Amino acid sequence: MAHILLRHREIDELHKLDVYTDHGGYEGLKICLQNHTPEAVIELVKTANIRGRGGAGFPAGIKWSFIPKDAEQTYVVINADESETGTFKDRELLEGNPHQVIEGALIAAYAVRAQLIYCYFRGEFMDSAYNFEQALKDAYANNLVGENILGSDFTCHFYSSYGAGAYICGEETALLASLAGDIGQPWSKPPFPAQAGLYGKPTVVNNVETLANVPPVIVNGAEWYLEIGTGDSPGPKIVCLSGHVKRPGNYEVPMGITYRELIFGEEYGGGILGDKGFKALLPSGGSGPVVTENALDAPLTFDGLKPFDSLMGSASCIVMDEDTDMVWATLKMIKFFEHESCGKCTPCREGTFWLERVLEDVYRGRGTQKDIALLENVAKNMQGRCLCALGEFATSPILSTLIHFLDEYKAKVTVAPSTNGADGSTRQREAAPVA
Amino acid sequence: MGRLRQKHSDIIDGVLARYPEKKSAILALMHLAQEEYGYMNQEAMQDVADILGVDSTHVLSLAGFYSLYYEQPVGKYVLEICTDLACALRGADEFAETACRKLGIEMDGTTEDGLFTVKGVMCLAACDRAPMLQCNLKYVEDLDEAKFDALIERLRQEAASGEEEPSVVHRILAYAKD
Repeated sequence: MAHILLRHREIDELHKLDVYTDHGGYEGLKICLQNHTPEAVIELVKTANIRGRGGAGFPAGIKWSFIPKDAEQTYVVINADESETGTFKDRELLEGNPHQVIEGALIAAYAVRAQLIYCYFRGEFMDSAYNFEQALKDAYANNLVGENILGSDFTCHFYSSYGAGAYICGEETALLASLAGDIGQPWSKPPFPAQAGLYGKPTVVNNVETLANVPPVIVNGAEWYLEIGTGDSPGPKIVCLSGHVKRPGNYEVPMGITYRELIFGEEYGGGILGDKGFKALLPSGGSGPVVTENALDAPLTFDGLKPFDSLMGSASCIVMDEDTDMVWATLKMIKFFEHESCGKCTPCREGTFWLERVLEDVYRGRGTQKDIALLENVAKNMQGRCLCALGEFATSPILSTLIHFLDEYKAKVTVAPSTNGADGSTRQREAAPVA
Repeated sequence: MGRLRQKHSDIIDGVLARYPEKKSAILALMHLAQEEYGYMNQEAMQDVADILGVDSTHVLSLAGFYSLYYEQPVGKYVLEICTDLACALRGADEFAETACRKLGIEMDGTTEDGLFTVKGVMCLAACDRAPMLQCNLKYVEDLDEAKFDALIERLRQEAASGEEEPSVVHRILAYAKD
């Protein structure tokens, strides 16, 4: 399949405006400005069912339709805060094919009558953003951005903005708080960004990859898009394959291929590194429950892993071989969430803190049987009680590995009662610091 | 007028022009200030606060929240090695240990000559090119011991020569001038 998103792999220097326009670039925007009302654009994107590629899978067209038509000021914000463990697709798109992201954002802005677009990059992407900044500059110089775009009455400005290292800013309300110059902490919804987002104005926040799907849909139509992928998961998806595979990297696939094909297929992962056995897969970075061998024939779709109590999410597939210590792997993920918890809500701040401490003890051989039950207890008490999805995500590596790899936990603990710190555990001697 | 304003007036004006509300420029200005002063010291925070007309305690709270701001002095080159799961499955922890050993420091430590600080950080979106690091925000990927040695050697020479490439922060924020 020729690439629809990662087109720079076939087309040299696609990040340059003239190359992009020579290959059909900005045709989608022109079609919208000349032939479609904003409402028609939303209908088209709804019909094509472009679902959010950041992980949640929410239909972009429906998201756009929530923006009030009579709002005086609205914004479009590109979520380029790609920080999920194991995710590196947006970075490649921004570096290799920035104009397609820019064009997608302009079409979104036209559809919701926004006059201003921001691309919020995580701070660590400053070294990845040159092509995007140059692309934006060239788009301005050619009247593709700015006043009266391409002679129409559509005026829209467009700027980059940079974060400074905080996973939570990938959550849309935290991102908007950060963009406004505040601590990047989520707020309790409602209000949703479509009602009161950036500076309190209606705002659409879309993932980089989601917006890159928009121009080809405008040019080729919804029917064309629906032919790719499956009924409820149409279109192409970029999968980030990492860990113990022979050929890690980004792969653009039609949704519906199986995880087995992805990991073992010659055109994709090429099998397990060193021809070892497969043990486990994290299908959505650190945020989704781990799955095992029996799930590999499931289709890579938004709901394909539902029978295995997991999800596709952003399709960041971290593969682990037979020698992987799953308690160690889980501890890595918990350390991530403990570090990235924003501190605003108690269940997440305290929950991730204690999960890390207890799990560290278990991993170091200082834990007891009771600690395994404690891990489960803490995780289950976090579920449904956190302000945003981060706290919820933090429970999934623990709970899923407790189901699939309980033996590995048991092998690390003693049955003796806790020795209250005499074994090196610091848990019962120190008060928890405030995050 | 603070030193930041005096030295980088054009970039600062450009960044401010991007937003309808001044305060939105704060993260970018803090990046600039950190480059100017080496870390987020009192002067750096005060400069940013003065430009934006916000309380310096607000700058302080952001410096504490966002991990790219350093509240303590760091080396001239900050090597942020990803030790998150995907990289660790491909040897990132061992690589980080080797890097520290070669530089004679502990994780989060700085070499005596003030040149290098090593930090272990969370995912940097380069999992297919592990082990990897960012050196002053610049990506260095597909690393091994030999490549690490070469990097350190090149940086030592650069520091000795006094000739430096423009920083990532300056290069990217310079786009705001147009």
